[in-house]
Amino acid sequence: MRLQKATMCGLYAALELAAHADQQISAAEIADKYDISLNHLAKVLRTLVRAKLVESVRGAGGGYRFCGNPKRITLLDVIELFENVSADEPDASQVEAEEKRALDSVLQEIDHITVTTLRSVSITTLLNIMEKQRRGGASAPAERPARRGAVGGE
Amino acid sequence: MSSAVQPAVSATGSVSIRTVRPDDLEAVIRLDEAITGAAKPAYWAKLFAEFEAASDPTLSFLVAEMSGRVVGFIAGEVRAVEFGSDACGWVFGLDVEPGLRVKSVGTKLFDTLCDRFRAAGVSKVRTMLARDNDLVLAFFRSLGMMAGPFIQLEKDLD
Repeated sequence: MRLQKATMCGLYAALELAAHADQQISAAEIADKYDISLNHLAKVLRTLVRAKLVESVRGAGGGYRFCGNPKRITLLDVIELFENVSADEPDASQVEAEEKRALDSVLQEIDHITVTTLRSVSITTLLNIMEKQRRGGASAPAERPARRGAVGGE
Repeated sequence: MSSAVQPAVSATGSVSIRTVRPDDLEAVIRLDEAITGAAKPAYWAKLFAEFEAASDPTLSFLVAEMSGRVVGFIAGEVRAVEFGSDACGWVFGLDVEPGLRVKSVGTKLFDTLCDRFRAAGVSKVRTMLARDNDLVLAFFRSLGMMAGPFIQLEKDLD
C-alpha cells in the first residue's frame, strides 16, 4: 500500500508530537527531521489542528503540541484526514463484466484487511512498536510462511 | 512482551488472577452472554470439563476476581501440528466486565496466560477474532500482537 505524501507527513507529524506530548515542537523541527518542505508541512499541520489532534501554541518557544488521546486515535483516523482508504463497495449498476465483479471481490478483500489493520493500531501502539524496534526486539510481522497446509497437505 | 504484571486497580479494589473453579462457571457464562449477546452455557461447561480433565498444563482457564466477584476471564491452550504451525499458545476466549475496561484487567489476564504458555514450553501466542471487533483487536494490538503468517479462509457450504 502506498500512502500519499500529505498522509505520510500527517502521520510523521502526529507521531512526532505524540511521542513528545509534553513539549511544543516547531514545524521547522519536524520538517527538518523528516526532510519535508515547510510549506507542505504547514498545510498538513493545519489539517491536524482542525481535526483537534494537534494544537498550535503561539509565542516564544511556541510550536505544536499533540492534544488528542493517543490510545484512542488510530492510524486510520489520521490517514482519513488526507485520503480515502476505505474499501469501495461495488456498485451493481456499474459492474459490467463478471470478470470485473470477481476481481473486485478479491481487491475488496485486500482493502478490508488494510482498513482493519489501520483501524486497530493506535498512535500509542505504534509508538510502542517503535520503542520495541529501538530496543532491538522483533521488528516486523512474521514473514515465514507456514511450512505446510492444514491436516498435512502441501 | 514483558511478563511483569502490574497490579490492576479499580475504584473498589485490586484484581487477582487465579485458575477457574467450578463455582465460577455461572459467572463466566453470564459475563460472556452479557458481552457477546449469545448464551453459550453448553460450550463453557464443555470447556470447563475439558479443563478439569486435563492432566497437563496445556489448557488454561483463568478468571479475574475483584472483591470476591468474577469480573473477567481468559481461556487458552497450547496446540501443535494444526495448520502446519509449530506448537504455540492460542487465546480463544477473553472477556472483561465492560465497566472495568481500560483498567489493565485484560492485560493482567493475558500476561498470566502468557506465563502459563511459557511454562508449557512455547514462545509464541496467537489468537483469531472478527475483523469488525475493533475494541478487542485494538486491545491485542496494544499488547504487541501483530498479524502472523497464517490467513484464515472460509466458504459457504452449499
